[in-house]
Amino acid sequence: MNGKARRLPQNDNINTDYIISGRFKFRIQDPAELAKHVMEDLDPEFYGRLQKGDFLVAGKNFGCGSSREQAPQAIKYAGIPAVLAKSFARIFYRNCFNLGLLAIECDTDKIKEGDELEVDVNSGIIKNKAQGYDLKIAPLPKTMQTLLADGGLVEHFKKHGGFKL
Amino acid sequence: MRSRTTAEKILSNHSGQDAKAGDIVIADLDFMIGQDGTSGMAIDSFRKMNAKKVFDPKKIAIIIDHSSPSPNEGVSAIHKKIREFAREQGITLYDIGCGVCHQLTPEQGHVVPGDLVIGADSHTCTYGAINAFSTGIGSTDLAAGMISGKLWFKVPETIKVVYTGKMPKGIHSKDLILNLIGKIGADGATYLALEIEGAPIDEMSVDARFTISNMAIECGAKAGLMKADKKVLDWVAKHSKRKSNPQEADKNAKYKQVIEIDVSKLEPQIAKPHQVDNTCSVSEVLGTPIQQGYIGTCTNGRLEDFQIAAKILKGKKVNRDCRLIIAPASKDILMDMIKDGTFQTLLEAGAASVTPGCGPCVGTHNGVPSDGENVISTANRNFKGRMGNPNAFIYLASPATVAASMIEGKIADPRKYL
Repeated sequence: MNGKARRLPQNDNINTDYIISGRFKFRIQDPAELAKHVMEDLDPEFYGRLQKGDFLVAGKNFGCGSSREQAPQAIKYAGIPAVLAKSFARIFYRNCFNLGLLAIECDTDKIKEGDELEVDVNSGIIKNKAQGYDLKIAPLPKTMQTLLADGGLVEHFKKHGGFKL
Repeated sequence: MRSRTTAEKILSNHSGQDAKAGDIVIADLDFMIGQDGTSGMAIDSFRKMNAKKVFDPKKIAIIIDHSSPSPNEGVSAIHKKIREFAREQGITLYDIGCGVCHQLTPEQGHVVPGDLVIGADSHTCTYGAINAFSTGIGSTDLAAGMISGKLWFKVPETIKVVYTGKMPKGIHSKDLILNLIGKIGADGATYLALEIEGAPIDEMSVDARFTISNMAIECGAKAGLMKADKKVLDWVAKHSKRKSNPQEADKNAKYKQVIEIDVSKLEPQIAKPHQVDNTCSVSEVLGTPIQQGYIGTCTNGRLEDFQIAAKILKGKKVNRDCRLIIAPASKDILMDMIKDGTFQTLLEAGAASVTPGCGPCVGTHNGVPSDGENVISTANRNFKGRMGNPNAFIYLASPATVAASMIEGKIADPRKYL
């Protein structure tokens, strides 16, 4: 996967209220429409800046706060295939894989807004082509690999009729 | 047999295997809930998974509390979808005005000590106060739970928090949990369970304990477990017919960390905008002008919370420069408040009461603050935009601190009104 890094005005503790505010979540049920408000309270220009395939890059504790699955859903429908962060909040992390959105733990400190990245989950390497260095990805737990390979929890259940992890 | 934590015991009991920290287990669920902000999507996932029937309608409840009664047609459509699903599947529905999910689930007897419970709401960790391993999950996990009665869990390591000392006057359970979150940070317990104990916990009511477990998620914790002492067992017996199976950690259980906190010199705590771990003592922010106060939510909307506020506000008036909104966490609490005079005292002081439920906490219906306004609230989150306006500022505090601040129209120390 190739895309540009997109950073936010705040690095750590990006909560799910910032990812998608409660006032939009309740008003809009269409995920594509909801995605237009992604990160709006934190950075009103964020959605306008995005190009399909861009990566969202942040610091620690990404996705803390409420359990709303509309948060990873809004990121996914905004055309972002993966979130790169130093660490993730627990519920958000589960929700990502349930929806088939990649959440990658890695050291994001040096990645700058607009950096061209190549993400390869299989080899476990992120190439920062703009700055010319490689980043190692923390290996994905087997449960997450299975969910991702099946295309999320809905597909997993359709395929197996229950949990087969 | 090796020594085990409370979390390991409950997850072992429900997975049929010796669940050690770090293991991934598939476990049987005793109960599960969804609310109006998450259940719509859970129902969509349920249908997409080609499911026809829930595994057991008696083990599922949906609560309409977050945006209730509906403020617009968009929310009405979600509520309609939820009502139709509940009727079709024969599951319990708590409709508008019944109260907040995390009050109703234990109050209506759905959860008992030793249970494993999931909820499509992050504050599901509340029932840790009655010794249940309960944790928040997303909508698709709820759908999987409704279909199979099971969910996968990573067995967490545990941090033990031991409180010591005597609670000073004017200090409440909210001050203890705000202080803890400030100490360890918003991710201080991510992927971990908390076990919370000590003399100050033993002495406080079950209502007060719910406040602490409720906010375990604000430092990232998966669960905020307490012991099932006599107070808990009595409380549960009053609310539920189900049999308890209390679990306590073994003496030599292995903890990731043990934190000891002496409460005897603690001051009333405030979480400043825009993060819950941005805490300080009330003295640091005394005099900050306030335009709106809010007492309620799954954190602090119980009878005892309103009694504490009423004691401070009795015979006084809410300052003319601000307004006070109250939302009892359930209809039963509202009726108790009416019976014992608490409700009248608060109304006479100038409070505006809204429907039992989440109230203005999450910014989806009543009580949205204006640009530049400061709010002091008993809720659990003060994120930018949380109450519906990204240009407002939210301070979190105990019901006592909110009540005192309402008298002065600025952040005030409740201890001078005792």
